Amino acid sequence: MQYDNKKSQTTTMLEQILKKIRSFGIPRIIIILFLLSLWISAAFLSIPFPALLSDTFVRLGMNTVLTLSMLPSILVGTSLFFGLPLGIICGLLGGVMSIELNLKGLTAFFAAIGFSIPLAILVGYGYGLLLNRVKGSEMTVGTYVGFAFVSLMSFGWVTLPFKNPEMAWAIGKGIRVTVSLEGRFSNVLNKLWAFELYGIKIPTGALVFLGVMCLIMGLFLRTRTGLAMQECGMNPKFAKASGIDVDRMRILGTIISTILGAIGILTYAQGFGFLQLYEAPMYMGFIAAAAILIGGATLKTAKISHVIIGTFLFQGILVVALPVANTVATLGSLAEISRIIVSNGIILYALAQKGGNE
Amino acid sequence: MTQVRRFLTNNAVSILFVVIGVLGLRVSGLSLPFFLEDIVNRLARNSFMVLSLIIPVLAGLGLNFAIVLGAMAGQAAIIVVTHWKIPGLGGILLSILLAFPLAVVLGILTGRLLNRARGKEMITTLILGFFSNGIYQLVFLLLVGSVIPMKNDVLVLSSGVGLRTSIDLTGGLKNGLDDLLRIPFPVCAAVTGIVLLGVYLTRFFRRRSVRLGKMVGIGLLALFLIGWGLFQVYTRSMFNFVRVPVGTFLIVLGLCVFITFFTRTKLGQDMRTVGQDRHIAEVAGIDSDRIRIIAMVMSTVLASIGQIVFLQNLGTFSTYGSHEQAGMFAIAALLIGGASVAKATIGQALLGTLLFHTMFIVSPLAGRTLFGDAQLGEFFRAFVAYGIIGLSLALHSWKKQMQAREEARRSV
Repeated sequence: MQYDNKKSQTTTMLEQILKKIRSFGIPRIIIILFLLSLWISAAFLSIPFPALLSDTFVRLGMNTVLTLSMLPSILVGTSLFFGLPLGIICGLLGGVMSIELNLKGLTAFFAAIGFSIPLAILVGYGYGLLLNRVKGSEMTVGTYVGFAFVSLMSFGWVTLPFKNPEMAWAIGKGIRVTVSLEGRFSNVLNKLWAFELYGIKIPTGALVFLGVMCLIMGLFLRTRTGLAMQECGMNPKFAKASGIDVDRMRILGTIISTILGAIGILTYAQGFGFLQLYEAPMYMGFIAAAAILIGGATLKTAKISHVIIGTFLFQGILVVALPVANTVATLGSLAEISRIIVSNGIILYALAQKGGNE
Repeated sequence: MTQVRRFLTNNAVSILFVVIGVLGLRVSGLSLPFFLEDIVNRLARNSFMVLSLIIPVLAGLGLNFAIVLGAMAGQAAIIVVTHWKIPGLGGILLSILLAFPLAVVLGILTGRLLNRARGKEMITTLILGFFSNGIYQLVFLLLVGSVIPMKNDVLVLSSGVGLRTSIDLTGGLKNGLDDLLRIPFPVCAAVTGIVLLGVYLTRFFRRRSVRLGKMVGIGLLALFLIGWGLFQVYTRSMFNFVRVPVGTFLIVLGLCVFITFFTRTKLGQDMRTVGQDRHIAEVAGIDSDRIRIIAMVMSTVLASIGQIVFLQNLGTFSTYGSHEQAGMFAIAALLIGGASVAKATIGQALLGTLLFHTMFIVSPLAGRTLFGDAQLGEFFRAFVAYGIIGLSLALHSWKKQMQAREEARRSV
């Protein structure tokens, strides 16, 4: 009798553990194990661990704001923000303007953000209006609106009257495909207050910047507007009944996401050292979406912690995959391929979960 | 008058593209025979692929971006057949045979995934296309030569691992289907006219068709084709150098006939019911999950054949890129033909392929003439392809929302 009791207890415990694992998410476990195995193999291949961690921190600083742009969109109920290229292009325009005005250093960086925000508000408003008309298909429409906007802006990059020779092609019209930020705002955040700890370089400025962005977001979500916005995502009918203008909130969420996309690409560019124009923004939305999903978000729920954890795990894998692959064999493309498989695999997993926006 | 107006609003997209095509053709300064040769080739190349999209639309799955998976299956088979050095028609048949089981498996997997992601089918197939591209690259870039043994200096990179980025089918599958039978365009037009006339005359005498206007229209078209064709042959004009790959077009025609008959079978009707209303279908005792999987399998298999037809016509392909855009371009073509997420016909598919490729041919040339830059024409092309997909998805969703609102108002 007693024995039976014990047995049932152990099974319930086992069940509980299984339940916990399931709620934690099987793909997340796979990804964490994958990252750990990569780290271990890196140790065996005597790839310097501090350098890997430094790179991961730099990438974290570069990518977190882009990932953060998914958050308002998910919370307000417009699902993953596949219209991210719209925000990115606003940011790139801001960056190009700041170079055109011959600004340098942190001024250039913040001026670029300043230029891009009004653009992002405008574009985000228009995009929000569109999304209100296509409820239920935001992701598909968003993807193609983003793609179309990228190719439309390709016209723009060729024809817009920017004069600075740094950005122009030596021959022909238009701005280069990649514009170097050397001497402009390349690494301005990464180098700000940077220090070394046990050989790990900490890009303090970039981390502080992303901390501030997350803090602002967290505070905003606690305000009345922020709470109303989340209500729209959780239960639009109830939100409407309690007097919240759902459509207006959705537009607001889209605008914030677009602005974060613009700021995100500029923080990305300062770490990367280049502005990537033309077709480069096209697939960035999927990477950011994958990152927040890896962190534990779903198509309907997300937290700031998901943004940070997800970006860390995803970028961690990308950072380690390349040197590991290169040491094992000349498999240079492994990093790129694992990026494609991991990012799209996690989005597919999220889509195949029950209880999405049917 | 209202009829004209309805025709214009219902076909606004196609009419717009006819205008763009005609204007672009004039601006580009292409001669008609030259343009015709290009467009005939491209129609032969791409029609099959576009037609493979129709069945999922029928089953209510929307636009199947996952035909990329079918394209990959076809491409994998082509790689194997090229490795074995089997040329011509035999090689093509073998690659269709090899691609078949792979496409069936991929179709079943896609269908099962879509049954889990109801209501989000299109975005799921889109992402699935990207995902499977990663798997494809993993197999052909990393596993071939290292895990999967393959020794071939022409196909494999000099390091011995991974396939080269482009594969030439010359001396292999290239034009294996096209070169079966090539007939000068005017002859082809005349023969088509005669067949058309024959078919409709027999129909007329059996009193199948009632609408007189349509009969007269088709009769005149047929007579025009015959007259024009014979005249061109007689005057030995440039049009005679346009040689039509009849074999490929016959296969496309076969697919059209198959789809027409399929929609009339029990399975086809069930599919339509599932597409229109899943709940009614369930009540009627139709296993909608199974029907949806069958639709995906059919689409994937057809797409695999479509890619083989496509590549044998092109004669060379980029190993890691050719399949990627197959889905997007085919979908853009279908939509330009006037199809929507919920409805697509054979006519729309063929018209769309014609209009889309017309734009493809003329836009770089028009771009060069108008802006002095061919690149701008290419940007325009990409913008139109993406834009048309985004626009028609948005319009469809908006219409659905309006309908739901209307119904809600009525029920109140």
